[in-house]
Amino acid sequence: MANEKKMWEIIVIGGSAGSFSVVSKILEKVPRNLSVPIVLCLHRLKDKREGFKEALEIKSNIPVREPCDKDKIEKGVAYLAPSNYHLLIESKEIFALSTTELVQYSRPSIDVLFESAADTYKGGVLGLLLSGANRDGALGMSRIKSKGGFTIVQDPKDASMPTMPAAAIETTTIDLVLDTSNLVSFFANIEKNLFIHAAS
Amino acid sequence: MISSSINENDIEVELEELNQLSQAILTKYGYDFTNYAQSSFKRRIIMVLKKNSIKSVGLLIQKIVQDPKFFEQFVTDITVNTTELFRDPSFFRVVREELLPILSNRPEFNIWHAACSTGEEVISMAILLKEEGLWEKAKIYATDINTAVLKKAAEARYPLRNWELFKQNYSNTNPKGKLEDYCEIKDNEIQFDKDLIKNVRFKQHDLAVDQHFFKFDFILCRNVMIYFNQKLQNRVFELLHNSLFLGGYLALGAKESLIWCKIADKFAAFNENEKIYKKIKL
Repeated sequence: MANEKKMWEIIVIGGSAGSFSVVSKILEKVPRNLSVPIVLCLHRLKDKREGFKEALEIKSNIPVREPCDKDKIEKGVAYLAPSNYHLLIESKEIFALSTTELVQYSRPSIDVLFESAADTYKGGVLGLLLSGANRDGALGMSRIKSKGGFTIVQDPKDASMPTMPAAAIETTTIDLVLDTSNLVSFFANIEKNLFIHAAS
Repeated sequence: MISSSINENDIEVELEELNQLSQAILTKYGYDFTNYAQSSFKRRIIMVLKKNSIKSVGLLIQKIVQDPKFFEQFVTDITVNTTELFRDPSFFRVVREELLPILSNRPEFNIWHAACSTGEEVISMAILLKEEGLWEKAKIYATDINTAVLKKAAEARYPLRNWELFKQNYSNTNPKGKLEDYCEIKDNEIQFDKDLIKNVRFKQHDLAVDQHFFKFDFILCRNVMIYFNQKLQNRVFELLHNSLFLGGYLALGAKESLIWCKIADKFAAFNENEKIYKKIKL
């Protein structure tokens, strides 16, 4: 099989206001034996360190972790950017954190995560941007695209806050625009999709 | 074909260029950035390039080598100086309620703020010590790689826009007073009472190259290690270990961990949630 090679090595997901329920539905449906890591950057309150990970974990089919600095990146795990830190991909093996300035009024910032993922994994990144009320993530999606990765946004018409996915559509080429139910089924079949898209 | 829209702000920086830059700085000025975490270091370099409208790392290297004044500003820009008063209030509450009572049993004790930046944590600690009646007993050092931020720290003056955040953080530490008791507001700035820090020695110290200089009962090195790679983290942990008395305490940032580092077995968790560790072996 010529297309045995997996198209993507990592999935990064960004979201803000209105994204929690979509993320939750996706994590509920991803296969337990997921062969890539998922890294989530969801805007969150800086003074609420606990509770978010636990809330996501309730329905998730795979473990959810908040990485510490230089923690290993493992497949089959959903990693959540901790509150009040930027989460970066240091190498294909480990994460790094930083407390630098807010980016797009946000820390963690989606741009910071997506750009470091694109720089490290080049074309091996699948980026998904969900509902949100600001423009964080648009430049990150642009970087993913320019390094040869794949970009998906939640359909702004379907998003409770359309600004964020709309900003990404304005900024760069988006490969797929999907509503919630199609997003969920895309991720339910993610293992197959990893290869189908490699063939197409 | 992959379609792409290149953002005109996108500056490409290769890892090899970062290495050349770090080597040039080390050779010329003796500052060692060679083992900084590459993902965040790269972001800082891109920020410096944009700020100064410099088009490539090569040109930046030229400018740094030729212009020591520019290099001074570069060090300020490159080192991360985002901090707040009582950052992570729950940490300060544990220090107040669990750690200081232990230190108070010692006739006197030494505290080191390693990489103190603009000094918000130094002020926070001084306020805690005052409120717990231990201020007189403490000998305090505050160090940073960057002399410009040390000067700022000694001035104990911060922009007024931080006021609400500072007050909110402080109120979550089970305070015994009001923040207004320790500062006054004038000309859009918060001026803390300089008496708070008159027993603090500010000193230039680079964790990446300098040795230990004193023995401490409590070292705060929070959200500093995250900017270093694992090799440099091991070096710094060893330095901090050597700088602690047996039975001394080390505080890290909320998402920093000792677990994988070489000297992990020489520490025991005092409060894992707030990342406070006790030195249990020489």
